[in-house]
Amino acid sequence: MARPLSSARFRAAALTLPLLAFVGVTFIAPLGSMLVRSFYEPHVADALPRTLAALRAWDGSSVPSEDTFRILATELRPLDQQRKLGGVATRVNRLEGGMRSTIMDTARALRGAEPDSWREAVIAADPAWGEEAAWLAVRRAGERYTIRHYLNALDLDRDPSGNIVAQSPERRIYVPLLLRTLGVSLAITVICLILGYPVAYLIANASPAKSNLLLLLVLVPFWTSLLVRTTSWIVLLQNQGVVNDLLVAAGVIGDDGRLALVYNMVGTLVAMTQVLLPFMILPLYAVMRSISPMYLRAASSLGATFLQGFVRVYWPQSLPGVAAGSLLVFILSIGYYITPALVGGRTGQLISNMIAYHMQESLNWGLAAALGVILLLAVMSLYLVYNRLVGIERMRLS
Amino acid sequence: MADTGTETHVEFRGVCKTYDGRTMVVRDLDLSVRRGEFFTLLGPSGSGKTTCLMMLAGFEAPTAGEISIDGRSVQDLPPRERGIGFVFQNYALFPHMSVRRNLAFPLEVRGVPADQQAERIQRVLEIVRLEGFEARRPSELSGGQQQRVAIARALVFEPNLVLMDEPLGALDRRLREEMQFEIRRIQQDLGVTVVYVTHDQQEAMSMSSRVAVFHGGRVQQVAEPEVLYEEPEREFVAGFIGDNNIFRGRITSVGRGVCDVETPDGVVKAFPVGECRPGQDAVLAIRPERVGLAKPGVFSNEFEARVDGILFIGDHLRLRLNLCGNADFIVKIPNIVGHGALLAGDRVSVGWAVTDCRALPLDGLEGNPEAEPGA
Ligand SMILES: Nc1ncnc2c1ncn2[C@@H]1O[C@H](COP(=O)(O)OP(=O)(O)OP(=O)(O)O)[C@@H](O)[C@H]1O
Ligand SMILES: [Mg+2]
Repeated sequence: MARPLSSARFRAAALTLPLLAFVGVTFIAPLGSMLVRSFYEPHVADALPRTLAALRAWDGSSVPSEDTFRILATELRPLDQQRKLGGVATRVNRLEGGMRSTIMDTARALRGAEPDSWREAVIAADPAWGEEAAWLAVRRAGERYTIRHYLNALDLDRDPSGNIVAQSPERRIYVPLLLRTLGVSLAITVICLILGYPVAYLIANASPAKSNLLLLLVLVPFWTSLLVRTTSWIVLLQNQGVVNDLLVAAGVIGDDGRLALVYNMVGTLVAMTQVLLPFMILPLYAVMRSISPMYLRAASSLGATFLQGFVRVYWPQSLPGVAAGSLLVFILSIGYYITPALVGGRTGQLISNMIAYHMQESLNWGLAAALGVILLLAVMSLYLVYNRLVGIERMRLS
Repeated sequence: MADTGTETHVEFRGVCKTYDGRTMVVRDLDLSVRRGEFFTLLGPSGSGKTTCLMMLAGFEAPTAGEISIDGRSVQDLPPRERGIGFVFQNYALFPHMSVRRNLAFPLEVRGVPADQQAERIQRVLEIVRLEGFEARRPSELSGGQQQRVAIARALVFEPNLVLMDEPLGALDRRLREEMQFEIRRIQQDLGVTVVYVTHDQQEAMSMSSRVAVFHGGRVQQVAEPEVLYEEPEREFVAGFIGDNNIFRGRITSVGRGVCDVETPDGVVKAFPVGECRPGQDAVLAIRPERVGLAKPGVFSNEFEARVDGILFIGDHLRLRLNLCGNADFIVKIPNIVGHGALLAGDRVSVGWAVTDCRALPLDGLEGNPEAEPGA
């Protein structure tokens, strides 16, 4: 009895293997590689092993010894010949501005040279080598396992003695951006809730024919390309766009006082709210459909005004929908990329746009990965909070 | 009933209702409910009972006509200002509130002070015998207990009119009987007027001081339960309340308290109800227990018929005859010496008194649910 049962179970489980494999290849593996990339950076360590070994013994308080200069020069030479020096120089440059040209220039100047004093020759090639900062940067870039991407992503830095300190104010960009992303997501969630709640209520309480039509209207945007929808906002909102034209025609604003509605935060807010609204309405509708209209009738027969009945009877019962819709919209908007990229301009960018920038332009994948991990942690902790809240809510309801 | 005054509490005058503008769900309804009365709207499914209750509570507006409470038209009064307790069919208890908060709700929205609230909740819980359940949520109560909470909630703000829409529909038989008794007791203790909706005639008969029988959006008859049973005035009532043998014939003559009606098996002498004129078709109704095996000279109506079937019930027998054009004519006779020897196929002689057989006018177009006015 137990045998056929368990083999049947095994076969049933085996049917899910293709899905598991798919998820593994397309989701778990990239996620894992991103995690690894955010703290594992072997490039410089592999390129300059002996220099780094020498620097490890260095106390960092004065310029290193002649030996260290020599080792550096001999290790730079083959990298230069094989044209592999660029990657190393770029990575060191991220820790200390100007180091890219320092390293490239030094390698060029030392081509074929066999000086008596490597120290003088190297410093002559670029005086930066006469300062400890250059060497500290090389040493830190050579750390194989590093939390510096996380420090970077949190606007932190290390001082020369290795203590973690805050970045200088003008260089803090990621934390303000993360906070702005959270703020914008919250604002979009609240706007979607305010706009979506009455619509969901209407759909849930209309006659079947009407509610089908309304539901269709909510779903139509899903069948329209996201790009088309977002770019139509540009048509509407731009300086010479429909909205501004109407306002000018109506005399609300003068022709010289046209409002900047797109390529800034306003554009991001408006377009993302429109794009994400169905994700609020649908969960709300699903919950509201299960709330019998009898409750509101009962409340009014017991003497309550519509507002009292709504606040005390309907709203509490619709809370699971509010929680589900808000969570969905908030999480989606935290990671949203395409809409702010198109209509956000310079001031309407969100954290995802920064991640994309580091992936595609600055090629600082480690930092992009660290930002991604921080975003993931933020979303996961939100989910835990939600679970906690809605768990309590369910317990009260059941 | 001793506790029923004669003062009118609720009145429907010429009330009509249509939802879609085509089908009349309630037609020309005239009803008056007396103060302190247990008034039941009884009728088959779809006959418009709930609609009447909804109009009285203010959830639906009449298409025509007027409803008044205490002599005052409630046309423009929203539900919350009508001061009516409503017990819904599925209770409509607020699922996210405890029993206490459910009961406190009507008091809070009316601004009753907190100390009085506690006192009233306590009193009403005693009335429905649910002390000790205050902290539970509706989902933690049995069906009967939920029913009691729903009744308590409709009573807690001390309305003098309470409406109940099939409040026992979801309960099993035993519990239903217990709750019928409870509801009746509560109504009599408090002296409130109850308008009660059911499609269960047994429930209506056992609880009500008066019953209005609905059919196709029309009231067929309003009367005390005994009167409905003994003196139905319309074909539908005769057929709907209790068992009845219904058959048709043509009136040949009308006298004082008696008329002759021509049927396939001969002339039946019956008690004429309403307007009966010679030449008119009429419906005859006679209860199975009022038909007896005839001894010569006892009954003014005597017929001979073949027994098509016998059903042994225990204390009585049910004979099925083909009589007066009704192939399903039932006779209930007591199980006494001699009657046990009857067999199917025997010919028997049956008879009944004039006053037990009622000649009713045919139900015309009016009252027929399918027929549209003017059709
Ligand atoms: N909101 C509504 N919209 C349209 N038609 C309705 C509505 N409510 C009821 N009806 C129709 O009105 C008629 C009477 O309905 P009502 O609910 O009053 O009957 P009822 O006597 O209470 O029946 P039941 O015993 O089944 O509850 C039915 O034919 C029903 O389909
Ligand atoms: Mg009903």
